[in-house]
Amino acid sequence: MTLHAQLVVDRGSFRLDLDLTIAPGQVVALLGPNGAGKTTALRALAGLLPLTSGHIGLDDEVWDRPPASFVSPEHRPIGVVFQDYLLFNRLTALDNVAFGLRARGTPRAQARRRARDWLSTVGLDDHRDARPRALSGGQAQRVALARALATDPGLLLLDEPLAALDASTRVHIRAELGRHLGAYPGHTLLVTHDPLDAMVLADHLVIVEDGAVVQEGPPATVARRPRTDYVAQLVGLNLYRGVAEDTTVVLDAGSGGTLTIAEPATGPVHVAFPPAAVSLHPEHPGGSPRNSWAVTVAGIEQHAHTVRVRLDGTPPVLADVTPATVAELRLTPGMPLHATVKATEITTYPT
Amino acid sequence: MSRSLRAVALFAVAALSLVGCGSGDTGASTEPTTTSESAAPAITGDVNVFAAASLTESFTQLGKDFEKAHPGVKVVFNFAGSSALATQINQGAPADVFASAAPKNMTDVTTTGAITGKPVTFVTNTLEIAVPAGNPAKITGLADFAKPDLKIALCAEQVPCGAAAKKVFQAAGITAAPDTLEQDVKAVLTKVQLDEVDAALVYRTDVKAAGDKVEGIEFPESDKAVNEYPIAVCAKAPNADGARAFVDYVLSDKGRDVLTKAGFGAP
Amino acid sequence: MTTRARARRGRLPVVLALPALVGLAFLVVPLAGLLVRAPWSTLGEQLFSGEVGQALTLSLVCASLATLVCLALGVPLAWLLARGDLPGRGVLRALVTVPLVLPPVVGGVALLLVLGRRGIVGQYLDQWFGISLPFTTAGVVLAEAFVAMPFLVISVEGALRGADVRYEEAAATLGASRWLTFRRVTLPSIAPGVVAGTVLCWARALGEFGATITFAGNFPGRTTTMPLAVYLALETDPGAAIVLSIVLLLLSVTVLVSLRDRWIATPT
Repeated sequence: MTLHAQLVVDRGSFRLDLDLTIAPGQVVALLGPNGAGKTTALRALAGLLPLTSGHIGLDDEVWDRPPASFVSPEHRPIGVVFQDYLLFNRLTALDNVAFGLRARGTPRAQARRRARDWLSTVGLDDHRDARPRALSGGQAQRVALARALATDPGLLLLDEPLAALDASTRVHIRAELGRHLGAYPGHTLLVTHDPLDAMVLADHLVIVEDGAVVQEGPPATVARRPRTDYVAQLVGLNLYRGVAEDTTVVLDAGSGGTLTIAEPATGPVHVAFPPAAVSLHPEHPGGSPRNSWAVTVAGIEQHAHTVRVRLDGTPPVLADVTPATVAELRLTPGMPLHATVKATEITTYPT
Repeated sequence: MSRSLRAVALFAVAALSLVGCGSGDTGASTEPTTTSESAAPAITGDVNVFAAASLTESFTQLGKDFEKAHPGVKVVFNFAGSSALATQINQGAPADVFASAAPKNMTDVTTTGAITGKPVTFVTNTLEIAVPAGNPAKITGLADFAKPDLKIALCAEQVPCGAAAKKVFQAAGITAAPDTLEQDVKAVLTKVQLDEVDAALVYRTDVKAAGDKVEGIEFPESDKAVNEYPIAVCAKAPNADGARAFVDYVLSDKGRDVLTKAGFGAP
Repeated sequence: MTTRARARRGRLPVVLALPALVGLAFLVVPLAGLLVRAPWSTLGEQLFSGEVGQALTLSLVCASLATLVCLALGVPLAWLLARGDLPGRGVLRALVTVPLVLPPVVGGVALLLVLGRRGIVGQYLDQWFGISLPFTTAGVVLAEAFVAMPFLVISVEGALRGADVRYEEAAATLGASRWLTFRRVTLPSIAPGVVAGTVLCWARALGEFGATITFAGNFPGRTTTMPLAVYLALETDPGAAIVLSIVLLLLSVTVLVSLRDRWIATPT
């Protein structure tokens, strides 16, 4: 059961033209700057916005095929988590989660039971009878997620689900969200402008600019080979998964190698550092950097005022250097170098 | 009640009573002359005439004639139920002349001193049955007023035409079954004109004034309740000269002519 | 003086305070006048006479029924004006507010011309169903509903326009039908506006005179509401009129005061 969509929406001077395919269990992230058309795409999939042309369908079920067919949102098997959550203020958390079930005809007692289970799953047992106004940002987000998933939708749509949270909560909730998405068997579309969300949560990245796709593919691939300046800026992040033990992180098989981090951590983690934090040396440097390993230049791209160097190694890494450095080191593909990163420049996220 | 509030309330009432007719020094004599108007001092300005609703058409005509005879004068009418007019005058409304459809209302204003001198009865009026043009409900007489399935309109008892209607029904030994008791005779007439009721009791003059839209049916008991219409000049009339001149005109032959044509009886 | 009072003092500029007080006096002094001039000695016997009870009961019943009619018809109409995609919406809205500017008596005449015995619609009601609305209690309810409905429609329409459509979208994505969304999401969010409109509507219906007396006439027990009773009492017995007025006044004030501020205020 694949979700396939050709989203063409004309809104005044703006035109969205986007092809999308989501396999069951897959998380597709729609990433792009504000005004790119991400939310438009999401609303079209939800049925809140009719297509100008194109189609949306889940296998044989046609949801939108202008001019003839249009299925309104209440008849689509969808669940949406809105940026502002939009929890119904006059209902308790439990009633909010049960709303979709009741609306679709589930008897009251059964709906409440399922809702209770879902609130347990998201860890909000104690807040069943709380009103949305009494919940913190993180709690409200979890209720919104439970509400969307309670009806077992075929398509889960997340519109900037973490944008309204403060930085520390976001880290925490992102990890949780990742777990729930992993357990969820349906199709997921995640709309975000935060590349970290996309990199951590998505299986497939679709980058949208001005209503059109500029690049798509698995996050790692897109990050390593950005096709446009924007993509490079956006996803130019060195991101690895690994297992931490005290201040050492053993990176997973995909990238390999070890990194030393500043603050101790334990268990599975994400580690990330920007390309600008990477220094390149012709030989192994002395001095303080604990993180230093041999790399080979795989590619060099000019971007605005910096040059992005792709380096193979254990782990492979992106480095942003000035044109002066390029000249100085006489960088050419295939050249062996040493890459260093300060432990303090590495951020660690629990998975 | 707080002192200041009471003071304000009293002030407001006092202010109102300063305007227009109030008790106080007696005005000039209001004995009218019955001869045609003499070479009186030239009158100007507005003459405010408060007259019963049933006098609408006839007085409007008289007003026009009066204005023609006295250029520079404007006659301003306030037509309403006589009791409403009496209340207004007692509360200090600036009336020059008061013509009521029953002596009772005139008494109401005389006892408060708003009228001094003797009011004069200038016409009489009797009741008549009014039915919509064509008499769709085939009304024949007063007895029909007791039928519950017919739509009947009467004046409320508190109004002169209602009091007269009550007398008439008593004299005929009939218990009327009205559907509505209107607050003045013109409102009753309107219901007949719109064919919303099958029959009503109004004045003969009203039937005449309504022309083709309404048919009248005389009935024998009508002379049991003859309404006498008195007219008088207000004690505190803003335009006393004009008031007197108007009353004289009403009582003159020319005035009598117009009133008789409208269907009023002689006093 | 409490801290709050001290903070508030001096906030209202004199240039506003003075007209405000005059405005207050303008509205309050006539009511005080009623109380000052009331025939307190005969109040008891007048109050409990059959006529007053009759008129009062009729007034309350008719005003409440009229308000129900207004709610049943007005809320959907408000929805149509606020959300409907009709072409002539501006014109429609203007038409809906016509009873507000129309002199009530004219409204009564209009009702007669349409729903009277020979009215455009009324004649068929009379001929086919034997239903005659003038001079009946139903006629009173109709006349009151006619003049009071714009208050409700305007209030509810305003509330609907201010309502956040996104919550309705959220409900739709959860599978709620349009009707369910209206019932469980929209209505609760506009409840203060509906309550305010209902109160205004009821108060207007209670005090209605011109349209009632023109369309429904006047007959004790059937169509004599309090305002009509007051007007007629004024003809013969101003004391009785004042008593009736005070009863009506006290009733209205009680109802309005008992409506707590927060039920009418918009939620922050």
